[in-house]
Amino acid sequence: MQKITGLAKKRILELLADGTVTKVLGWVPGDFCYDVTPAYFETAEEVEGMIYDSFCGANLSKYLINGCKTLEEGGKILVLLKPCDTYSFNQLLNEHRIDRDKIYVIGVGCKGMADIEKIKAQGVKGVTKIIDNGDTFEIKTIYGDKTVAKKDVLLEKCLSCKGKEHKAFDEVIDPEPETEQEIKDRFEKVKEVEAMTAEERYNFWSGELSKCIRCNACRNICPACSCMKCVFDNPRSGVASKANTDTFEEKMFHIIRAFHVAGRCTDCGECSRVCPQGIPLHLLNRKFIKDINEFYGDYQAGEEEGQRAPLVNFDFEDVEPSIVEEKGGN
Amino acid sequence: MYQISIDNLNTLFEKIAAVRSLYMPVKKNDQVNFHKWEEGTEYCKDELKTVKSAKDLFFPQSENIVAFKKEGKKISVETGELPSEKFVLFGVRACDEKSFEILDKVFLSEPADQFYKARRLNGLVVTTACGAPEESCFCTVFGINPAEPKGDVTTWIADGKLFWQANSEEGKAFTEEIKDVFVDGDDSAVEAQKKQIAEIMEKLPLTGLSLEGWNGDVTMEKFNQPQWAELSEACLGCGTCTFVCPTCQCYDVRDYDTGHGIQRFRCWDSCMYSDFTMMAHGTNRPTQLQRFRQRFMHKLVYFPANNDGEYSCVGCGRCVSKCPISMNIAKVIKAFGGDKK
Repeated sequence: MQKITGLAKKRILELLADGTVTKVLGWVPGDFCYDVTPAYFETAEEVEGMIYDSFCGANLSKYLINGCKTLEEGGKILVLLKPCDTYSFNQLLNEHRIDRDKIYVIGVGCKGMADIEKIKAQGVKGVTKIIDNGDTFEIKTIYGDKTVAKKDVLLEKCLSCKGKEHKAFDEVIDPEPETEQEIKDRFEKVKEVEAMTAEERYNFWSGELSKCIRCNACRNICPACSCMKCVFDNPRSGVASKANTDTFEEKMFHIIRAFHVAGRCTDCGECSRVCPQGIPLHLLNRKFIKDINEFYGDYQAGEEEGQRAPLVNFDFEDVEPSIVEEKGGN
Repeated sequence: MYQISIDNLNTLFEKIAAVRSLYMPVKKNDQVNFHKWEEGTEYCKDELKTVKSAKDLFFPQSENIVAFKKEGKKISVETGELPSEKFVLFGVRACDEKSFEILDKVFLSEPADQFYKARRLNGLVVTTACGAPEESCFCTVFGINPAEPKGDVTTWIADGKLFWQANSEEGKAFTEEIKDVFVDGDDSAVEAQKKQIAEIMEKLPLTGLSLEGWNGDVTMEKFNQPQWAELSEACLGCGTCTFVCPTCQCYDVRDYDTGHGIQRFRCWDSCMYSDFTMMAHGTNRPTQLQRFRQRFMHKLVYFPANNDGEYSCVGCGRCVSKCPISMNIAKVIKAFGGDKK
């Protein structure tokens, strides 16, 4: 990772110096080795403070919406995107939310990003330093040291990695050799939930969604949630709300959101990554993806620029999936 | 000092639950929050920070205030009753306990908030010292001692025992009610733990934060600093920091159309939201920079200016560990030069 950071910084400095780009979107380190923050850089000095490491799980694509809007005349913004982030990038292009001409993409290689919550769940507390040794993290804490295997602490989204290929880029920096990673079937848990009885499934989701605090982190991080004004924030919509007034509503918020991003969600997994209550929100999206795949053939949102999404692309061969029909019209 | 073996904690909980409702950190669906204890509930004694703070017990995220019901041409108003459940809030950390003092300044100053006041009078706070603080903790910056939390009763978990010390009159009276579960004995383990906690706090990365320059008449000086732009540029505008914060106290009052009337409720609000303090003329903070600045100016400048210098942050570190982009009050303080370490 250090190698990528070095090479990326070198390229960024060149591109800033020759005027190809005027602004850079990357990450800055925090206080504890794992709390990196997305940040903009405009000068060589600022770029020096940039970081790219195993905790840069955040998907920067959505920042480009505002990034493009606030760019000065003739400016161009450079963004560092991991392979999975480029799916969201393409999707935003397809929805005309960002302007390709104003963006320079450096695709950065990724070996999977770490989840600090999973590291802490292994009993790690009082972290003072984390050393990335490739397959393992050596963690120094005030209560003693611990080594954890990287594969055990990867972000949920990384367990079903979409691959190491960038689907959009101006150039790629990926100097490190491929490593073997076991890829989990992303629909495994969806199938498990589908196999539940209606009551079990209801209880599963009630248990998870009742934790929701309506902080809207899932919605605000979501690259598919790019409405100028969300209906839930609009006092004139009649459905605006800041709290779940009843148990029905807490379920509806997430289900409505999942419907709204259906066919557009690239399964970037950011919703689950940011949820402060650890609600597996990605399962709702994956259920929709699975259904879409079954009804209309395999489809991956954001795989390429200009693709037509099954839910907005009418075809006479289209199935007419309906729960009513499925249940024999009852 | 009274004590009870950790193995017998359930005896203590049964005893308490027999006379009052009992709330404590409990894991449900993989997350630890304050939940009601029932037979078989497991107390998460090592959990430092519940996801939501303990403020929920006094100032719940959402509560009904009044209902309007329509029957024919008649409209009736139902005010409901004030909360009357007597409860014990067990396992509160020093930071959260201090947050009650801060919330009291808001909700108990005249005219006192009747819902909050009723819950405060009904609730007995039993705190627990933090045996093993972590890197996101910085309560000492705000003068809080994690080794000696306040509350009606203070407890320490050390040496396989829970030590119990009643502080307030209410705490002493309650202890009398349940004291036969305890034994008397040597409490040197408590003193040893206090010393150990102090040493650990010294080593933590955020405990060197300095608030110098935040007190006094600094409103315009801080308000106009250029740092706010950079600090807020990655902010998502979600409400995570405000909703996990033990001292955030802003709320909204809204009407819910039940189909045959109106349920008026109040719920937590977040200054990070675009419709926060929305008025007839619109919003007075149209940008995320302004909303972000509001949050920290409130905690570090406006609140102390109106409350004898008391900051409205207790250094619990929940925002530090929960912010989706890892921007937090510690980074804000540092950006303004407040780091001694």
